[in-house]
Amino acid sequence: MTAATGDRRLLGDVAVGDELPPLSYPVTATTVVLGALAARDWRPMHHDKDFAVERNGTRDIFLNTPNQAAWFERFVTDWTGPYGRLQRMTFRMLGSIFPGDTMVFGGAVTGTGVDDQGCGWVALDISVSVDGDAKTTCSARVALPVAADDNPWERRGDRWKP
Amino acid sequence: MSAIGVDDIERLIGVEQYEEEGGFPVEQGYIWTTCASVENGNPLFWDEQVAERVTGGPIAPPTMVSVWFRPHHWAPGRATQGLPLQIHFDLKEGLGLPEAVMSDNTIVFHEPVRPGDRLVTRQILRSVSDEKTTKLGTGRFWVIDVVYRNQRGDLVAVESYTGFGYRRGVAPGGSEATS
Repeated sequence: MTAATGDRRLLGDVAVGDELPPLSYPVTATTVVLGALAARDWRPMHHDKDFAVERNGTRDIFLNTPNQAAWFERFVTDWTGPYGRLQRMTFRMLGSIFPGDTMVFGGAVTGTGVDDQGCGWVALDISVSVDGDAKTTCSARVALPVAADDNPWERRGDRWKP
Repeated sequence: MSAIGVDDIERLIGVEQYEEEGGFPVEQGYIWTTCASVENGNPLFWDEQVAERVTGGPIAPPTMVSVWFRPHHWAPGRATQGLPLQIHFDLKEGLGLPEAVMSDNTIVFHEPVRPGDRLVTRQILRSVSDEKTTKLGTGRFWVIDVVYRNQRGDLVAVESYTGFGYRRGVAPGGSEATS
C-alpha cells in the first residue's frame, strides 16, 4: 500500500507476478478445534482424535474447510486492506492439515482488470502448504479501488459483478 | 429428506430444494470468534468507525456465509440432528455410497452479511457423474449449489460444492462425510 492511500491498496499498485507476503502459522489442536467450533462444525473428526483416526483413517483431527476459507480470507485482506472486497474463491483440498504442522500461506497475482462497470479486480493463485506440499489451493478474485476515492463496497446490484 | 437414487437424478437437476432459514440471526460474537480463530485483524470487524466509513456499518467476514445456517448441535424437541448440505447426504444414502469427501468448492460473494440478518438458503443439485474409481474407492462425483439470500431477498452468496461419494476397497467403516 502506498503512503498516500493509507489503508487501501489500489489497483494501480498491483501487477501480475506480484507475490503476497507469506504467512506461517504453527497449527495446534486448539487451532483445529477453535476453527471448527467458530464455524459451527460439530463433526467429530475436527475435535475427536480417536474418531478421526479410526473412522477417517487420518493421523489426527484436521482443519475443516470453512475455517480454511477464513484463513484464506485473512491472508488476502491482510494484503489488500479493508477496502479489498472478495468477489469469489475456489478451493481445492489436496490434503489435510493436522496439529503439529506449520502451515505456510503464499500466493501471487495472476491477473488484473477493470470490469464493464468500472470495478477493479485482481486474480490471485494462493495456497497453504506444509513442508512444501500444497494442502489446499485457492483461486481468488478480489475487488480493489481504482482510485483513492473509489470504494468497491459501495457497489450494489448491477454495479457488482463478482 | 429423502434418498436420491439413480432414477431420481435427472428430475432433480436444477431443482431448488430444502429452503431453510438460519436458526438464529447473524451475530457479532461469532464474527469475533471466527476472526480470533484465524487471527484476522481486519479493522472492518473490530473498529466501528472503519466499518461505518468503508462498509456503511458492521459486516461479517464474507467467508462466514455458511456458518449462519449450520444447525445447533442440539435443540429442544428435535428428534434427529439436522444436516447441512442435505442433498449430499440424500445422494450418499440413495446411491449406497457410505463414505464421502468434498474435493473443492467455490463461493461467489454478493451483498455483505450484517449482524442481525437472517439468511435463507436453498440447495440445488447441479450434476452427478457416472461411476468412477479413484484412490479412495469407487463412487460418483456430484456438484451441489447453495444459494444464500438475506431477509430482504438480496442475493448474498452462491456456494458450489463438489463431492465424491464412494465405497472403500475394504469394508466400509462409517457414514460420516469428511470436509
